[in-house]
Amino acid sequence: MRRIISILVENEPGALSRIAGLFSARGYNIESLTVAPTDDDSLSRMTIVTHGSEQIIEQITKQLNKLIDVVRLLDLTEGRHIERELMLLKVAAEGGAREEIKRLVDIFRGRIIDVDGETYTIELTGPGDKLDAFLGAMPAADILEVVRSGVSGIARGERSLRL
Amino acid sequence: MELTGAQIVVQSLKDEGVELVFGYPGGAALHIYDAFYSQEDVRHILVRHEQAATHAADGYARATGKPGVVLVTSGPGVTNAVTGIATAFMDSIPMVILTGQVPTHLIGDDAFQEVDTVGITRPCVKHNFLVRDVKDLAATIKKAFFIASSGRPGPVVVDIPKDVTAHTTDYSYPKDVRIRSYAPVHKAHSKQISRAASLLLRAQRPIVYTGGGVVLSGAAKQLTTLVERLGHPCTNTLMGLGALASDHPKFLGMLGMHGTYEANMAMYECDVMLAVGARFDDRVTGDLKKFSPNAKIIHIDIDPASIGKNVSVEVPIVGDAGAALEQLLEALEQTSVEQDTESLAQWWAQIDAWRGRDSLGYDSSDEVIKPQFVVQKLHEVTLGDAYVTSDVGQHQMWAAQYYGFNKPRRWINSGGLGTMGFGLPSAMGVQLAHPEAAVACVTGEASIIMCIQELSTCKQYDLPIKIINLNNRYMGMVRQWQEFFYDRRYSHSYMDSLPDFVELASSFGHTGLRIEKPSDVEGALRDAFAKKDQLFFLDFVTDQTENVYPMIAAGAGHNEMVLKPLPDGSAPAERELA
Repeated sequence: MRRIISILVENEPGALSRIAGLFSARGYNIESLTVAPTDDDSLSRMTIVTHGSEQIIEQITKQLNKLIDVVRLLDLTEGRHIERELMLLKVAAEGGAREEIKRLVDIFRGRIIDVDGETYTIELTGPGDKLDAFLGAMPAADILEVVRSGVSGIARGERSLRL
Repeated sequence: MELTGAQIVVQSLKDEGVELVFGYPGGAALHIYDAFYSQEDVRHILVRHEQAATHAADGYARATGKPGVVLVTSGPGVTNAVTGIATAFMDSIPMVILTGQVPTHLIGDDAFQEVDTVGITRPCVKHNFLVRDVKDLAATIKKAFFIASSGRPGPVVVDIPKDVTAHTTDYSYPKDVRIRSYAPVHKAHSKQISRAASLLLRAQRPIVYTGGGVVLSGAAKQLTTLVERLGHPCTNTLMGLGALASDHPKFLGMLGMHGTYEANMAMYECDVMLAVGARFDDRVTGDLKKFSPNAKIIHIDIDPASIGKNVSVEVPIVGDAGAALEQLLEALEQTSVEQDTESLAQWWAQIDAWRGRDSLGYDSSDEVIKPQFVVQKLHEVTLGDAYVTSDVGQHQMWAAQYYGFNKPRRWINSGGLGTMGFGLPSAMGVQLAHPEAAVACVTGEASIIMCIQELSTCKQYDLPIKIINLNNRYMGMVRQWQEFFYDRRYSHSYMDSLPDFVELASSFGHTGLRIEKPSDVEGALRDAFAKKDQLFFLDFVTDQTENVYPMIAAGAGHNEMVLKPLPDGSAPAERELA
């Protein structure tokens, strides 16, 4: 089961390595992990995408909560939520392919943010599966470089992760 | 009051009420050691190896309940201490470890005696800190003690760069501490407690299974009251021995890999299990697929992550063991549920039949010293009231099985990590905490060598520890596994050259005795314990072929025990597992 876990951690050196270390030491999966400071500069927010059985996920949330640096934790997938990921990619775009790629970018509501004679650089945001779908639609041979930010997420409605 | 960082370290320890620090000096810690020189409030015990400092502090903590304190230098000082830190972490022992570090401007430069202390210790501490500013030093030490000794206890490392110990600042030790991300639960949820109460009363084949958490929480009294109120059988883990007196009629002995037949069979057959402060470790449960197949489990633990980790639980209760047991006792007073006393009587009849197998019985001998016999005599001579530390292996299991602990905090061993070398240094911590008490270190000739240098520390501080060396000239537990599972290929479990332990002890300034005849065992023990001001190294030459029984092989279930062989030598498995 795929889960998106959001955590507020003390914005201190070493907090990231405690969390990454927990996952590797206990053999838990990390599909993606993003981290950045929040509006409160004493806190960082992390979003971890992981998967595992219900029992494993329960252990992951308990073990995370046990870390002294973890202030709050929310499993976004337990309720309605929005997930977004940013992808930048560079593709070979020459001749007839240039029009084709532009159409594909429009369909996926992406943007071409840099152009030269041979390449397009594309920006695309959305849930992970949308980005996957876009990559699936692009001819593999044309893809030169892919950068994905990892998932960020937020709960819908009143539910929120704050102090 | 303006103090240097080094003075702040010492003053903070004093204000925290620390009486003993175990340590070893070195470059990065020299300012701190200088601050120790000019005061007498906090006593420093100089060990001979940093691993011993951590084990000694650990033994002190286990025997007293107070956090043990360690001071070591950077680099190798820290890496030597890691084994002891991990040992304390696995057994949830409160400790604060202060480590010197290279000056802040050199951190990351591969400076002399630099290691990434915070990085190296991260997986084996409850928490750790690197103090970069002398202004944070006192508050960090306060936090370290708070974290180490609250909730599920554990070791906390405070890494202090040398320049921070030279800088000065205004000192005041914080009165209390609040950490927004850390608020351990104490009291249990009342609804869960009343569910547990009725489940326990309705139980037909109940068992109470308790671990180190009961000892750590100081809940032995509450446990005894509960067991007596319910009349339920009770078993302790290796870490939990002494929580219920071993001579209590409801006590079934230890459970698990080398537990008694009655304890393991009762675990297997039970319908309701009350687990308190225990973590369903693999040495306790055996094969999880065969673990207590019909049991509804109530699990009390201070650490939510321990609940439901290995087995699924019917009634999870997060809270301090002592507080939760008291709430449970109140709930039992208030409920109208009637106890199923008839089923309980039948259950006890079954348990008594299992007890009848006498799974700890062994063949006595007039010729050769049986290790079990030495431990039983140790109990007799010390009136069951000694503090007993141990190393790891067969002797550890025999001490656990045969000493008979009647009080908590008397049995001090490395249960989780299984650290050879733990016995002697931990005994130092115990003896320093309780100078008048009888302290025995039950060990083997392989384990004792691992921290043998501490005989020197024992001399310096006049620690009258009695070392009970069960010397079978083998790494006994390794040999036992090789006998059972590797077709008697005794690969590297035998040492060709052992020291003369009598001479060795005497070269450190102690008294050594070699005991070779069963008839001399008791006399030697009596002589040693009568000399309250001397360390005795009693080298018992024991039966080389003795094995620890009963045994559950790794991967087997509680109902698949191997009992000791019959005198005719027939295989125990054929005899007992029909």
